[in-house]
Amino acid sequence: MDLVQLQRQFVDYRTSLYHEGFLDEQFTQLQELQDENNPDFVVEVVSLFFEDSERLLNELARALEQQSIDYKRIDAHVHQLKGSSSSIGAQRVQKVCIAFRNYCEEQNVEGCLKCLQQVRHEYSLVKTKLESLFQLEQQILTAGGSIPM
Amino acid sequence: MDSCNCIEPQWPPDDLLMKYQYISDFFIALAYFSIPLELIYFVKKSAVFPYRWVLVQFGAFIVLCGATHLINLWTFTMHTRTVAMVMTTAKVFTAVVSCATALMLVHIIPDLLSVKTRELFLKNKAAELDREMGLIRTQEETGRHVRMLTHEIRSTLDRHTILKTTLVELGRTLALEECALWMPTRTGLELQLSYTLRQQNPVGYTVPIHLPVINQVFSSSHAVKISPKCPVARIRPAGKYMPGEVVAVRVPLLHLSNFQINDWPELSTKQYALMVLMLPSDSARQWHVHELELVEVVADQVAVALSHAAILEESMRARDLLMEQNVALDLARREAETAIRARNDFLAVMNHEMRTPMHAIIALSSLLQETELTPEQRLMVETILKSSNLLSTLINDVLDLSRLEDGSLQLDLGTFNLFAVFREVLNLIKPIASVKKLHVSLNLAPDLPEYAIGDEKRLMQTILNVVGNAVKFSKEGSISITAFVAKSELLRDSRTPEFFPVPSDNHFYLRVQVKDSGVGISPQDIPKLFTKFAQTQSTATRNSGGSGLGLAICKRFVNLMEGHIWIESEGLGKGCTAIFMVKLGIPERSNEPKLPFMPKVPTNHGPTAFPGLKVLVMDENGVSRMVTKGLLVHLGCDVTMVSSSEECLRVVSHEHKVVFMDVCVPGMDGYEVAIRINEKFTKRHERPVIVALTGNTDKVTKENCMRVGMDGIILKPVSLDKMRSVLSDLLEHRVLFEAI
Repeated sequence: MDLVQLQRQFVDYRTSLYHEGFLDEQFTQLQELQDENNPDFVVEVVSLFFEDSERLLNELARALEQQSIDYKRIDAHVHQLKGSSSSIGAQRVQKVCIAFRNYCEEQNVEGCLKCLQQVRHEYSLVKTKLESLFQLEQQILTAGGSIPM
Repeated sequence: MDSCNCIEPQWPPDDLLMKYQYISDFFIALAYFSIPLELIYFVKKSAVFPYRWVLVQFGAFIVLCGATHLINLWTFTMHTRTVAMVMTTAKVFTAVVSCATALMLVHIIPDLLSVKTRELFLKNKAAELDREMGLIRTQEETGRHVRMLTHEIRSTLDRHTILKTTLVELGRTLALEECALWMPTRTGLELQLSYTLRQQNPVGYTVPIHLPVINQVFSSSHAVKISPKCPVARIRPAGKYMPGEVVAVRVPLLHLSNFQINDWPELSTKQYALMVLMLPSDSARQWHVHELELVEVVADQVAVALSHAAILEESMRARDLLMEQNVALDLARREAETAIRARNDFLAVMNHEMRTPMHAIIALSSLLQETELTPEQRLMVETILKSSNLLSTLINDVLDLSRLEDGSLQLDLGTFNLFAVFREVLNLIKPIASVKKLHVSLNLAPDLPEYAIGDEKRLMQTILNVVGNAVKFSKEGSISITAFVAKSELLRDSRTPEFFPVPSDNHFYLRVQVKDSGVGISPQDIPKLFTKFAQTQSTATRNSGGSGLGLAICKRFVNLMEGHIWIESEGLGKGCTAIFMVKLGIPERSNEPKLPFMPKVPTNHGPTAFPGLKVLVMDENGVSRMVTKGLLVHLGCDVTMVSSSEECLRVVSHEHKVVFMDVCVPGMDGYEVAIRINEKFTKRHERPVIVALTGNTDKVTKENCMRVGMDGIILKPVSLDKMRSVLSDLLEHRVLFEAI
């Protein structure tokens, strides 16, 4: 595939991500922060996000398996997740986190479990999408082009 | 018998004549001898006879005379020469002594006479002294009487007692038949019989005051004898023969005003009472001078006592009045306090009642903002949020009304964009206006400066209130908002004569006119518009709601901004125009480039605005920490990251200019850190600016941040532009309070 096509594909893909609500403005901001001094800023941040989220999700799963559920702890974890996702602009994950927190407050176990599942789902979705996006980026860069804004 | 030397007397001894001579001589001798004896006896008796030796002389003379006469007895018969010799000797001696005595008496007798004169003189003197003694005694008597009378009179402060006592004592002292006091009536034209001595209840006789006899008495300060037949003296039943003499004296009635400081009471007082004293009839007694003097003195004393009594009465009355007033004032004060308490309770309740739904609105709107919305919906939600925030501020101001009225409220001056304020108002009001199908137009004069110095929040509140009223009270038509700089000719408006704005170099007067085509206001209601809680009673406005405070608050704000607000209307149904002028400052030229309200072109990858600025970021969340760091690094800052409060406190130093901390993480107390940092750096210029990064900007968070001494709040997520503007604001003003 030639460069222009790649670039167009990249742009379309990215637009669709925004359109479908996987990403929001915050992600754009992140991209703006990337410059010559910080060439891999976005990738770094997103990788950190992946690591963090996975850890948190595992914690959440474990916490919800307990006999006596510590809702405070769960709330803390969800809060973290919400913060991280909002920082990189993972909009859908963030939204589910909000709902998750409400269920936590209500101490609704089923709700929490449902939310956890949802979060997991959204997270894996956004992870896949972002990974594909980065792959496309990489391809463009290797082809010698520049990333269109 | 011829040798006898006897001398024969001339006459024969048996002659009768001789006998008589013999006897007379004998008696003479006897007398002559007894006189000195008597003299000696009496002189011995009296101690002070000064002329003893005269007596001796006299005595000698008399003795010798006696001896002569005694010896003469022998010469009646024949007697010897010896006898004749003795006789002659005796005679010679007697002659000598008597001549000496005679000579002596020439000196003595005038002296003796003068003694007599002196004696007479002394006797006269003694008589005079006696007389004077009598006088003095009388005077002393009088004085005693007066003192006693005065004492009696002064011992009471009751007017009636004073007068009664006077009459009684006078009657007793002077043994009067009748004593009466005539007081002037209220009109001052008559004298009324007020008190008498003998008659118990004097019937109200009156006598016109301008009788000549009365005038005579009033014009003299002495007691004046008057005829018993004159009207004032005719109060007793007719006497048998001759009525006793009558004396009348004036009694000045002194008022408080007569007692000037440093002056004796001026007797320019015109008010006198008349005291009439009558001696008993048929007694032929006369008024003596000392008695008259007594009467005069008593009259004066009575005057003084009466005035004391009057003063006392006056002061008692004044005191009673004061007490009454005090009670009334106390009541009024308590009522006022109750009213104030009621008002405060009302305000507090209303405030609370209004805050609760407000909180719900704000909270839910912010939550709504975070959900998925279409751009139109987002705009609506933002408008809702802004309006509710404004409303929440208004609620605060309602409670602050007392602060406004105290005058302790101060404007928050700052530089702001005037155009933006108007646009904001327009945006807020457009939805409501369009619902009512009202057309709103905004006209900003071309010479209106874009930026101004003033209290943006309150100016916007005022404009919003005025425009809101215009919209509220118009059912149809259009609203036009005009704003321009008031020129000096227009500044002096004839309709507001008390407002004299003075333009100066640093200030200008913004004049805003809001014209609506609504129901209008009748002229008599216009003054009431700006009073709190007052609403016009026209039925059209009854269901428009509102607390009636809006215009009152606006007026106060406008006054604080040294301006003036008024409303004109031609009457009901003719719409009205609200006009206000406020004084705003003109910002200096150099401020403009630093203003954060740049045109909305995002400058990506702008030059590093803050080279080398040392910043500390504290955030537990790794991802958001990294993002924040990225932002700041992009802006050229030198970022240190910490992930816990202990680390933060350890690392923070005076080199860090700004500290960003996440405060919405439960369990980690960002506030605590802020307090510690504030404690650590006591000097203000060493202290870093502390900014809170948080996901919610509700009032509690804001208050908490302000409380711990943070300088600002930023709502996450933070865009690059926002971060840039926040930093520039912070570094310039060292304070930002709230960037949404």
